[in-house]
Amino acid sequence: MDKLNSLELVQKNEEIVSFKPGDRVKVYVRVIEGDKERIQPYEGDVISIRGNGTNATFTVRKISSGVGVERVFPFYSPKIQKVELVREGKVRRAKLFYLRSLSGKAARIKDKNLR
Amino acid sequence: MPGLIGKKLGMTNYYTADGRMLPVTVIEAGPCTVVQIKTADKDGYTALQLGYGSKKNVNKPESGHLKKVNLESASVLKEFRNFDISGFSQGDKVTVELFKAGDKVKVSSKSKGRGFQGVVKRHGFSGVGGTSHGQHDRERAPGSIGSSSYPSRVFKGMKMAGRMGYDNFTVRNLQVVNVIPEKNIVLVKGAVPGAANSIVEINI
Repeated sequence: MDKLNSLELVQKNEEIVSFKPGDRVKVYVRVIEGDKERIQPYEGDVISIRGNGTNATFTVRKISSGVGVERVFPFYSPKIQKVELVREGKVRRAKLFYLRSLSGKAARIKDKNLR
Repeated sequence: MPGLIGKKLGMTNYYTADGRMLPVTVIEAGPCTVVQIKTADKDGYTALQLGYGSKKNVNKPESGHLKKVNLESASVLKEFRNFDISGFSQGDKVTVELFKAGDKVKVSSKSKGRGFQGVVKRHGFSGVGGTSHGQHDRERAPGSIGSSSYPSRVFKGMKMAGRMGYDNFTVRNLQVVNVIPEKNIVLVKGAVPGAANSIVEINI
């Protein structure tokens, strides 16, 4: 296994800041349309971080025109250009799946730095 | 078939240039030394005998055989038939450059040993019955293994419980995803039989 890790088949993206579940992040996704490539930002709340090593992913949930949208991003995916931290959230669990059954005001996450 | 001997290192993820994630098996293959060249004139068939790895204790006949190509030991010696032998001479090294990304290969190895297993796991039987109607302990049972007074015996090869795994196993049509010649690495899409660190044979 050490030998496998030392190969470094995938490169860690240094542009991904560290974040926690509950944080609001902005993910810059590379989108290929035809033969052109452009960057599409996707902003939402991190509701789950799972896996380890090259297998790790995070789930970002946002409400897009009234519909809940969740996207799962692998940490090592070359499709992610960078991830920005927009806001730190104050939550009590690691997986925020309960947000799926909430809407409107109830689905807000408290700001960590708010007193 | 042209091929190479290697060692399975394990499985991991690999991202293609367009961002797709592939499950890959990492195989450290070669460099293998051409120990002997079998020719149609002398041996009746053409083949390359390749040596891979090293081991501690080598007996005299083997060490004499390997001395011709200045090898001290080889943990595996294997023949590969239908190799185009014209470009090779004894003592040459065969490396992973034999393969290139996109190739379809066959990978053979010994599968993981499972020990003594019942028919449900070993042969895919469904078991006999349920747990109700007074039945019990029949969920993973093999059922009937034959008739009565005729033939008064159990046929040979009847599928029953027994040792499972550690058999020769080949997976065909595996795609080579990438080759890293500096590190003697071949990345193959999908799973390959055997545990990590087991010896595998890759054939084109």
